[in-house]
Amino acid sequence: MAGLPKLAVWKFSSCDGCQLSLLHCEDELLPLLGRIEIAYFPEATRTELDGPYDVSLVEGSVTTPEEAERIEAVRDRSEVLVAIGACATTGGIQALRNSADVDELARVVYAHPEYLDTLETSSPISAHVEVDHEIQGCPISRGQLLDTLLAILTGRRPNLPQSSVCMECKMLGTPCLMVTSGIGCLGPVTQAGCGALCPSYDRGCFGCYGPKELPNTAALAGRWSELGIPADAVARAFRTFTGNAPAFREESDRHG
Amino acid sequence: MATDTSSVLLPDALEVIVQELRGRGWRVVAPVRRNDAVVHDEITSVTELPIGWHDVQTPGSYRLEHRGDGAFFGYAVGPDSWKRELFPPRAALLSARRDGRASTDGPGDTAGTGTDDGAGFVVTPAVPDRRRSAFLGVRSCEVAAMEIQDRVLLHGHHVDEDYRARRAQAFVIAVNCTAPASTCFCASTGTGPAVRAGADLVLTEILDDDHRFLAEVGTTEGAELLDLVPRRPAEPADVAAAARAVQAARHRMGVTLDTEGLHDLLLGNLEHPRLDDVADRCLCCTNCTLACPTCFCTTIEDATDLSGDVAERTRVWDSCFTLRYSEMHGGRTRTSARARYRQWLTHKLATWVDQFGSLGCVGCGRCITWCPVGIDLRAEVAAIRADQEAGAGREGASR
Ligand code: SF4
Ligand code: SF4
Ligand code: SF4
Ligand code: SF4
Repeated sequence: MAGLPKLAVWKFSSCDGCQLSLLHCEDELLPLLGRIEIAYFPEATRTELDGPYDVSLVEGSVTTPEEAERIEAVRDRSEVLVAIGACATTGGIQALRNSADVDELARVVYAHPEYLDTLETSSPISAHVEVDHEIQGCPISRGQLLDTLLAILTGRRPNLPQSSVCMECKMLGTPCLMVTSGIGCLGPVTQAGCGALCPSYDRGCFGCYGPKELPNTAALAGRWSELGIPADAVARAFRTFTGNAPAFREESDRHG
Repeated sequence: MATDTSSVLLPDALEVIVQELRGRGWRVVAPVRRNDAVVHDEITSVTELPIGWHDVQTPGSYRLEHRGDGAFFGYAVGPDSWKRELFPPRAALLSARRDGRASTDGPGDTAGTGTDDGAGFVVTPAVPDRRRSAFLGVRSCEVAAMEIQDRVLLHGHHVDEDYRARRAQAFVIAVNCTAPASTCFCASTGTGPAVRAGADLVLTEILDDDHRFLAEVGTTEGAELLDLVPRRPAEPADVAAAARAVQAARHRMGVTLDTEGLHDLLLGNLEHPRLDDVADRCLCCTNCTLACPTCFCTTIEDATDLSGDVAERTRVWDSCFTLRYSEMHGGRTRTSARARYRQWLTHKLATWVDQFGSLGCVGCGRCITWCPVGIDLRAEVAAIRADQEAGAGREGASR
């Protein structure tokens, strides 16, 4: 297999769901392996090839001093670094602690908090090293992951729109839930990529893909209030999946 | 349209039309009720129409209610426009396959075959679907929107081949509007509620003592279809009843849009503070533009397959409310909501006239209803106009 570009998949603080998206590319996985060699991917193989790596997929946020060092090493050995998922791109659900007292949380959760060595915050990969591409989502879309890998292998730009989930709703032909039913939906401020999954099942978007570009969270929150959604629900909605993304965090804080 | 060729159909005759067209192998696409809205889909029978339903539309809100009668077309336009059929969200443009013999002469060396681009690729244009489609229940604003898209996509410098094929296959059975929503303002834009041209057949639903449709012929193909359908010649009373229903619709329309001097009003107020105000409210979500039956902005998406030897190029809906839409060499020009809303408003209502000879708006109200925060272009224009007139008044007074 000499000569194929090398792929590494790295895990930081995360649930593994995003890297499993790669294994979920069932039909595409074998053909993909004809173009790229898995050099490091503990979730899939015991093979460990030394770097440098042509492409590194990085899942998870940085929450410990060890991770803060390790991400530098990964960057040093990677030609292209792709941050995948809500954790790697925003800090993830575990960034809820960023607005809490970490020592106190540790005492509540762990019997022996003294064994922990943790940072005050959970931060995205881009807070530590330069990132070439970000694939947002909790979990990421298989299609976007595959397209990004193929784009890197081919030397083209990946199709990672920064526009709203609404765009996908309209393209699918799903009538807007905010308009037909007064349901609170984060789609207008959330980045596309999921294919407007939740509105397709009559659920407002929970914002798991994180903010789109130019997210007017204040105007959307204002509309939610007009629809009768209480302030604490607005605050929770913005901090559910990507609450550490600045736009969502600030909006959440405005509502309590 | 001429009334001397008009006839009267009973509701059952519409079923005969649907079955006749389906018997020919055509798709019949019509309004249906789904997910709490009236959308467009292929039907197999007129019973699938949203019979007896009515829509209550206000800025940012849409609710369906029972009418208490058996009207076939007792609602206004919903979130789908016929653009979805004629100019779909995604359309394949071409595929390219690496043929392994890269040329050194550059593009054009095999010109004439139209297949090899000279860089070692065989390029195959996408073949549009050739199946004919009949659109049932097309409103006058939507016929007008098709004519606007024709000007843009067929009669400009570049012809969109996919659109041309789909448009040529379309058979339009229009319906004069008798149930406008509060968000409708086609009477202001001169595009309704009556269909004037551009349809194969035009129906007017009459709901007095007996439920019937006045049918007017627009094309030879429409006349030929009507010949196959049970009907009787229209009497003056039928024509009058149909005219009354349409006239009533005209008066029931909501807020108007004053188009007097609109072009100069908007282009003369490019820095108006109202644009900052609307920018605070606008989500740049693109719902207005994607729901709009005339908006035609697209992007090009290139994808490559697993082998790396096949590339596909797709035309995909885009919007002036996205950042990428203004991306060009050197950067992006419309980074703020203000810049994007201004681009949209001034294009629809002013520069479209310079570019294509008509407004880019047919008054269908979709951008108003389907805006999640209920931004209403009529109100934005009225605010700028009121300020301008007050300003003119002040100037007059100070003289
Ligand atoms: S349902 Fe949500 S995502 Fe879909 S168009 Fe409405 S606001 Fe946007
Ligand atoms: S609709 Fe929103 S919450 Fe649902 S999958 Fe998509 S981005 Fe996530
Ligand atoms: S701008 Fe609005 S009202 Fe005008 S045609 Fe488009 S959607 Fe309809
Ligand atoms: S005007 Fe309304 S629908 Fe259009 S982009 Fe702004 S918020 Fe979205």
